[in-house]
Amino acid sequence: MAWRIVVGLKIGVKDARGVRIQRELKEHLQIDLPAVRTLDVYTVDAVLSDAEVEQVAAGPFSDPVIQEYAINQPLASSFDMLIEVGFRPGVTDNPGRTAREAIQYLTGRPFADGEAVYTSTQYLFSGLTDKVIAEKIAADFLANGLIQHWTILSADELDPQGGVPVTVPKVMSDTAPTVRSLSLELTDQELLDISRLGMLALNLDEMHKIKRHIADPQVVAERQKVGLGSELTDVELETLAQTWSEHCKHKIFSAKIEYEDEHGNQQVIDSLFKTYIVGATDKVRENLGKNDYCLSVFKDNAGVIEFNADWSIVFKVETHNSPSALDPYGGALTGIVGVNRDGVGTGMGARLIFNTDVFCFASPFLEKELPPRLLHPRRIFEGVVEGVEHGGNKSGIPTINGSIVFDERFAGKPLVYCGTAALMPRLLHEKPCHEKKVLVGDHIVMTGGRIGKDGIHGATFSSEELHEGSPVTAVQIGDPITQRKMFDFLLIARDRGLYNSITDNGAGGLSSSVGEMAEDTGGLELHLDRAPLKYPGLQPWEILISEAQERMTLAVPKEKLDEFITLATEMDVEATDLGNFTDSGYFHCLYEGETVSYLSMDFVHEGVPQMVIPAKWEPKELSEPDFAQPEDLATELKQLLSRLNICSKESVVRRYDHEVQAGTVIKPLTGVTNDGPSDAAVYRPLLDSFAGVVVSHGICPNYSDIDTYHMMACAIDEGLRNYVAVGGDIDHVAGLDNFCWCDPVESEKTPDGKYKAAQLVRANQALYNYCVAYGVPLISGKDSMKNDYQIGGTKISIPPTVLFSVIGKIADARKAISMDVKQAGDLVYLLGATTDELGGSEYYAQQGELGSRVPQVDAEQALLRYRTLNQAQKQGLVASCHDLSDGGLGVALAESAFSGGYGIQVELSYLDAEESLREDKLLFSESQSRLLVTIHPEHKESFEKLFARQSCRCLGQVVDQANLIINGLHGQNLIHVSLDDLKQAWQAPLREM
Amino acid sequence: MAKTVKAIVIAGNGTNCEREVAHACHLAGADADIVHIAELLAGRVNLNDYHFLNLAGGFLDGDDLGSAKAGANRLLHAKVVGHAESLAGQLHEFIAAGKLVMGVCNGFQLLVKMGLLPAIDQDFQQTCTLTNNDQGRFENRWSWLKVDPESPCIYTRGLNGLYLPVRHGEGKFVTDSPKTLQQLEDLHLTVLKYADRDLHPTMEFPDNPNGSQASIAGICDPTGRLFGLMPHPEAYIHRTHHPRWTRETLPEEGMGLLLYRNAVNFIRKEL
Repeated sequence: MAWRIVVGLKIGVKDARGVRIQRELKEHLQIDLPAVRTLDVYTVDAVLSDAEVEQVAAGPFSDPVIQEYAINQPLASSFDMLIEVGFRPGVTDNPGRTAREAIQYLTGRPFADGEAVYTSTQYLFSGLTDKVIAEKIAADFLANGLIQHWTILSADELDPQGGVPVTVPKVMSDTAPTVRSLSLELTDQELLDISRLGMLALNLDEMHKIKRHIADPQVVAERQKVGLGSELTDVELETLAQTWSEHCKHKIFSAKIEYEDEHGNQQVIDSLFKTYIVGATDKVRENLGKNDYCLSVFKDNAGVIEFNADWSIVFKVETHNSPSALDPYGGALTGIVGVNRDGVGTGMGARLIFNTDVFCFASPFLEKELPPRLLHPRRIFEGVVEGVEHGGNKSGIPTINGSIVFDERFAGKPLVYCGTAALMPRLLHEKPCHEKKVLVGDHIVMTGGRIGKDGIHGATFSSEELHEGSPVTAVQIGDPITQRKMFDFLLIARDRGLYNSITDNGAGGLSSSVGEMAEDTGGLELHLDRAPLKYPGLQPWEILISEAQERMTLAVPKEKLDEFITLATEMDVEATDLGNFTDSGYFHCLYEGETVSYLSMDFVHEGVPQMVIPAKWEPKELSEPDFAQPEDLATELKQLLSRLNICSKESVVRRYDHEVQAGTVIKPLTGVTNDGPSDAAVYRPLLDSFAGVVVSHGICPNYSDIDTYHMMACAIDEGLRNYVAVGGDIDHVAGLDNFCWCDPVESEKTPDGKYKAAQLVRANQALYNYCVAYGVPLISGKDSMKNDYQIGGTKISIPPTVLFSVIGKIADARKAISMDVKQAGDLVYLLGATTDELGGSEYYAQQGELGSRVPQVDAEQALLRYRTLNQAQKQGLVASCHDLSDGGLGVALAESAFSGGYGIQVELSYLDAEESLREDKLLFSESQSRLLVTIHPEHKESFEKLFARQSCRCLGQVVDQANLIINGLHGQNLIHVSLDDLKQAWQAPLREM
Repeated sequence: MAKTVKAIVIAGNGTNCEREVAHACHLAGADADIVHIAELLAGRVNLNDYHFLNLAGGFLDGDDLGSAKAGANRLLHAKVVGHAESLAGQLHEFIAAGKLVMGVCNGFQLLVKMGLLPAIDQDFQQTCTLTNNDQGRFENRWSWLKVDPESPCIYTRGLNGLYLPVRHGEGKFVTDSPKTLQQLEDLHLTVLKYADRDLHPTMEFPDNPNGSQASIAGICDPTGRLFGLMPHPEAYIHRTHHPRWTRETLPEEGMGLLLYRNAVNFIRKEL
């Protein structure tokens, strides 16, 4: 029988969770209730004595100081409506897992198969009697129907003896493991049906390729030797579908693109990835020559560059968009713990040092009616932030850099970028740590979590099929602690030399991880029946492709296998021997001794046919807006500071631990009251050294509506600008690109495919041109190419968005510079010229305009400026430095001033700009590569000497009185406003989120 | 030749701050070992070979049953391979020998929920707890801390105030009764209190980041040798840890290090 243990707070103890829900119901759903209280419920489905259950309830499950508990009877009292929310069968329940372990420690007895603990939460509402409203609260606020179920009871419906009826969300499955094989001697329509119904995402070309392969007499002959024939098994079909998926093979970036520019010039591009991304890096490394600091690019889970003589830096950024749209919390949590595995799974393994995160959302205050299946942006915001918070904080990894970009189109698909950096020794056992090689005969060992139906076919919008009793396959929830324990173990195993290679299990699960590792040896023999499962009833193909989290795959030499498994067991980490890497030339899977997959490695990895995508660039007919300069520019400035893309994100930043590991030197928040916006982060990965890692990013989708070429150029410049602002060494820096696009392949669904494909081409051309010009190698990246929403007639496509992440070093972190002004009397300089470039700017958006003059980047001048700034910083001439981006000079002046707690007075007439340029444009132009610098007066001469023959103008100075004073072109006062007003405007919008 | 002070920092199961705590111990002059709890449970390492036990910050078992609850349960019930005693037994022996224990953040939560702090009657029953911040949210911010100069706490000797970061979601200190609170105050066991810039204890957010009773941020046992605090001393051992180091003139060494120095000096003299 199952026990129900209900735990609640004693009378008089503040229920912070309940109070928060009460507040949010009022703010978000306009439901004002006198009281909301919460209870924790543990459903223990295990054989225990009454005494043991009592001991469990009184011990680990409740806190005697503040909590009380009830066993198999209700604890709820004095309420009008009760909602209990629990997980659906098969959904990861971390507290349930911990509760189970706690009981085992207490009783000294392990749970039997099938025994488990399930957690749920009871919400008690006073003043709520309407079931319809209760249902709305459950569905739209408390729970996510994809992964959770709920029970709603009014006070009189609650059984005073038994309480809420027991539900045990146990996965029920009586299906015996079977392997279906199917003939592909079918019509095109039938082949496409197989692909569509099986959620395989294989197109007709690909189905034909498979059909021809499996029909080849030689292939058939080989297959007959292992008991297969001319029919394909479901295991094989799923393997191909995974390995050939857009997600794993990046078919769009590898496609042949037939591009026509605005002049009708035609060009065939054979792989955007090879031509522009790998191409740029090859060129940059060639130019760097013997100074090349790249160690491992593109070939591994993450990129690796030199840090110093003994250590190297690993960096990777991933996106987790679709899962986050489905379940913001689980999607984002899985995003961060997933990218963490990339860092650890690079080379022979690395130690994680920090995370970064960048989100693109629609406004949380959106009041429009949303199309079906879309969660409100506020729920996405809340869930994603909490997911990354738990993922990073619980893993003990500081989140030190990030931003949030808002655009209404992100209601169709939020973008969730999760980045992670790690540190590895240059040499491990006398060999480069960033290299690894599987040897023939090595054992295939899977460590960490168990396999369930999680994430089969990835998170797709196909999850309507979900029903009670069927495990959720669309959504996964990460388990940071299981992963943390695995990482602790893996670093010890690495240093003891217990394995030859390691990689993570992400998309495609074992089929991808083992398949990719097996390319070293040219074959594998994988016994699917040996894999540890979360619950019975998985089919062999499900075991192979499940994306269940917290798993790494290793190649362990025979002589180390026992030591490896023993260490794992001792450290409470599961490790299982699943077979061997071979040189057979075959992707060979068995189940209980029977061959269930026998595909040649070449066909699996090289077989996918190349797509051909048409692209045609036609610049939009855009013009500059025509409006008079507003009278009151102070109000314009305050409104800009209150725009979501500019305002303070402090409420989010404080929820992330950004100081654990004691390395954060320039923190996300800075200034006299620790709340100014840093441009980038500086981090000391080694506690006994002052060498620093510098990380920053650039992202500006707003420019894509004019031209993705300049969007890309500006993102690169913004990333580097932020990087040098804090003191990052411009001559030891690497970039990482994450493309998030809307589907660029022309079809009925996407009639404007040619234009979107051309936007993609132009962004890639800029990526190549500017990375080469700046001398910045790309070391890794990722693309997510299907960020559209389409149900029925409604289609929402995100603006083409590229996150350009930047990582590098600063020789001495004690020379890092923060953005806040430091003292009255300091001189205020602007580096870089200001031109009429407000197309796509925040200022135009504030006027409801787009414009046409998008900012353009002069890489040659910018690079010289950044190098010179590095010199000034090294010589200690710079007091503060802040980059100019959204909102231009006006916003930068305001932020530097209120962050430092001193006023600033400047003359617009001193700007390096065209005579004709209007004052509002001078203030809010988003011309790139500009930086606002303050210096102590005694450094005037040496500073100006450094920047002789460059655009460098002294605009005014830092003043004692706490006002921002900006005088116009004729010396007249334009803006005179107190720092408190400016800061208030900047802090107010998201303060309560 | 000063005597060797041996510090141990326990790692594993979601402990996160072991490296920086070990580094702080090292800078303070101790030999510091980071030991995974598996090593203790396997019986290869014994607590009693050390003078100074550090329980570092983190999320033991994800704090899934409430902060440090599952971790406390493990320490109380886990057996050590090949030994009659549990790990808890070793720990009590360690304490009985008058050795030092400092728990930071999750380590403080662990000490309190195991009944090792404040242990006024030395019966090791839990009389206090640390629970959800009043805001119901995790917070990372720097706090001013008023030190009780009359406290028996050996770690804060000679200190009047501290400035350290807090990074927690469950830092609100609560006692089981007004009597317990009164005893804590009377015995000067409430070593640290959240304060404003002028070091006046406060209940005002954000200076008091979690709504702790009587602004309590850290407590010690009557011997002053067991000490727990929510703020992170190991996170301020160098001036570049300070959030305003780019604009203020600060001593090279961070305030947090003083607590570790006091511990090491005490051991050199008394143990």
